[in-house]
Amino acid sequence: MLVLVIALMLGGAFFLTVSAIGLLRLPDFYARTHAVGKSETLGTILLLSGLAVYNGWELSTLKILFISGFVLIANPTATHAISRAAFRSGLQPWTRKKKNNGEVNKSDKQHGAKLERKG
Amino acid sequence: MSSFLLGITIFIAIVTAACLYRIAVGKTIFDRIIGAGLVGTNGFILLTLIGFIFGRIDMFVDIAIAYALLNFVIIIVLGKYFDRVREKP
Repeated sequence: MLVLVIALMLGGAFFLTVSAIGLLRLPDFYARTHAVGKSETLGTILLLSGLAVYNGWELSTLKILFISGFVLIANPTATHAISRAAFRSGLQPWTRKKKNNGEVNKSDKQHGAKLERKG
Repeated sequence: MSSFLLGITIFIAIVTAACLYRIAVGKTIFDRIIGAGLVGTNGFILLTLIGFIFGRIDMFVDIAIAYALLNFVIIIVLGKYFDRVREKP
């Protein structure tokens, strides 16, 4: 049983680390929502499941599983709401624009970083 | 097992502190909001782990439930507040 607990918690810590690296390193807001919305949810559920298995049959286990199920619903919903608000207020997605001769334009690297007006 | 829990807790605390960079530097307001959401989620994971370390899980899990609900409500409210189409000048 202890092996299962340690495996679940190490998997959860791995996915939380992946989520943090994605939040820090990805180029755009919409790409960062990809890191926060999915791998953060999976890491939280894995780590809380490991803690629930470690705790045994108690009332606290039921509460931990309730937090886990709530995160499964709430975290992607919150991420979707924020990215919908960003799209409606005119934040442009990041694209790697190409010049006519096919080279990558270096100056457009932070294209999506500024808010642009919609109309 | 206790030292393993302590190590996991310190590791997640370091990861959460690294995410504070995005809140401080983030280019748009939405980057800051989403970084705050990630720090909040890691916060109640840390609370649950601290409850296991102190041996008072029945008290700390209630605080973690309250933090999870508040984190969701805060992000939804900020999403509604910044969800407006900008007018032309």
